[in-house]
Amino acid sequence: MSIRVFVPRDTTALALQADAVAQAITAEASRRSIDLTVVRNGSRGAFWLEPLVEIEDESGRRAFGPVSPADVPRLFNNGFPGDCQDILALGPADELPWLKRQQRLTFARAGLADPLSIESYRSLGGFAGLENALALSPQAIVAAVKESGLRGRGGAAFPTGIKWQTVLDTPSTQKYIVCNADEGDSGTFADRLLMEADPYQLIEGMTIAAVAVGASEGFIYLRSEYPEAKKILLAAISRAEKAGWLGGDIQGSGKKFHVELRIGAGAYICGEETSLLDSLEGKRGLVRFKPPLPAIKGLLGQPTVINNVLSFAAATTVLAKGAAYYRDFGTGRSRGTLTVQLAGNIRRGGLVELPFGRTLRELVEDFGGGTATGRPMRAIQVGGPLGTYLPAAQWDVALDYEAFAGISGMLGHGGIVVFDDSVDLAQQARFAMEFCAIESCGKCTPCRVGSVRGVEVIDRIIANEHRAENLTLLQELCDTMVDGSLCAMGGLTPYPVRSALQHFAEDFNIRDT
Amino acid sequence: MQSSAFSLAETIGAVVQEHIGRVGPLMLVLHAVQERLGYVPSAAIPMIASALSLSRAEVHGVMHFYHDFRAEPAGNHIIQLCRAEACQAMGARALEAHVRGKLGITFGETTPDGRFTLDPVYCLGNCACAPTVRIDDDIHARVTPQRFDELLADLQGDGR
Repeated sequence: MSIRVFVPRDTTALALQADAVAQAITAEASRRSIDLTVVRNGSRGAFWLEPLVEIEDESGRRAFGPVSPADVPRLFNNGFPGDCQDILALGPADELPWLKRQQRLTFARAGLADPLSIESYRSLGGFAGLENALALSPQAIVAAVKESGLRGRGGAAFPTGIKWQTVLDTPSTQKYIVCNADEGDSGTFADRLLMEADPYQLIEGMTIAAVAVGASEGFIYLRSEYPEAKKILLAAISRAEKAGWLGGDIQGSGKKFHVELRIGAGAYICGEETSLLDSLEGKRGLVRFKPPLPAIKGLLGQPTVINNVLSFAAATTVLAKGAAYYRDFGTGRSRGTLTVQLAGNIRRGGLVELPFGRTLRELVEDFGGGTATGRPMRAIQVGGPLGTYLPAAQWDVALDYEAFAGISGMLGHGGIVVFDDSVDLAQQARFAMEFCAIESCGKCTPCRVGSVRGVEVIDRIIANEHRAENLTLLQELCDTMVDGSLCAMGGLTPYPVRSALQHFAEDFNIRDT
Repeated sequence: MQSSAFSLAETIGAVVQEHIGRVGPLMLVLHAVQERLGYVPSAAIPMIASALSLSRAEVHGVMHFYHDFRAEPAGNHIIQLCRAEACQAMGARALEAHVRGKLGITFGETTPDGRFTLDPVYCLGNCACAPTVRIDDDIHARVTPQRFDELLADLQGDGR
């Protein structure tokens, strides 16, 4: 058997020329008559090392990175794919401290294999959760998810099991499973990585939900900004159907479940679940009033489980290894693991999966290694564009839902965006309002109009026009948006604005008052 | 004009035929029309409305709600710059200024020679290796102004 060489194919690796690296390796091996097979795996999420090339032989997998196409001839000169002494050699892949110090449940398989190989997925423990679920009663599946303490990973952190219970308990001849894969928060890429590196896990999780609540139809609503995830999901759905993991008779159980991929059209608001449902129905993505909850009246007015990609994925671990196993990770009411995404101005960016409860500082300093530019860190935005900007004094906060709520912040989908000392927080606050103005669905006035006025007021503050009055006006505007908006878009946009004002007042030309 | 209107009707008819009966066909139809034609011509709106038993206002409303759908043809290459926070933290604002200057256009515009359309985008999911630029279906990481000029030069070479 020839030596296998892994070259990742996820979006970030491709954006760093992984295709050209793979071609260079094939060409160089052929030129030197070396027998090797290039496998395009998913990424392990150590994006700072991408393209991360791995050689697999009897001794295991050895990693090299970050590899550029120009490095390839030198790697071969130095012994690649045999014993290779090179500046890019990182040693055994599993021993990389950045990976070894993580506790991966959901992302345990990411980057290990060709993401589309069902055989690899099976051999790495995949579909064990669904097999267990098929042998359980619907109520027993829902009970396991409840007992696991799993809370929705999209950002709102609603208990997943309670959502499933509501759908199970609502009688209907047609129920739906909808996956929210509209991962629009800047600084997040965990859903994308899961779909690109381990797509069958999402399919398995959705199928478990379908079996649990009695749904036969499912949709994945994927944002159009993820063209690679689209390709991989389309192929994965088709292969899962052929292998009997989706379709009219799942593994001979008599249960049926079909999944269809739908592509969004560039609207951030469609990450809000009711807006997403309207969009799936072919309408403008307007936020709906709640109640009724989607679990009771969701897609086409039918009971619908709508969860984030990572929530469905976590359900596979719960069903494969038991509710107690999952619940034993974490702290307080935040159970299981949190996938943190280190992004922005960070030296070692990528995906870090750990039990809840570690501090923000550990993440950005120990894993992240400080800024990419080498300048001091000044502000960290956690939880996407609606998340607060945290100053250094707040970086010792624990990464769990309640601790973040305690400092008027939110973990959201786990995105952590680091800024160095060149950041202008007045401009960031202005951008928060601008983004809300661009992306508001327009249904409620505080969000639609408030965000436009917010940009104007911040501009006047920066320009020192009637500063005191405008600061009061901005606070009142923020109150109105928080209290009067229909959904989190308008309701949370004031959080980055207020935190910028509170902790970084000097950026708002405050010296002139 | 007669023949192009006829072929547009044929295109819409074929696209609608493919998707009618599915859940929420309008988004599917708009995506499919744009994929075939590069944009959704205004003449298509009444045709889609009538085929799906919707009002023209509904079709117009959906089309203009979503940033992706174009009412006008785009340039030969679509360049999307990420404007979101993770990219801002790595110099996206400076890159944006550079790109505007280099192409001589701003967001939503197409160069006079019809080669490049510049659009904003809010996150391409490459936030650990920012700033990020998408050119057609290719995503590029850590794009400095110099790197952008190289990417542009590569495109200049293709003659489109």
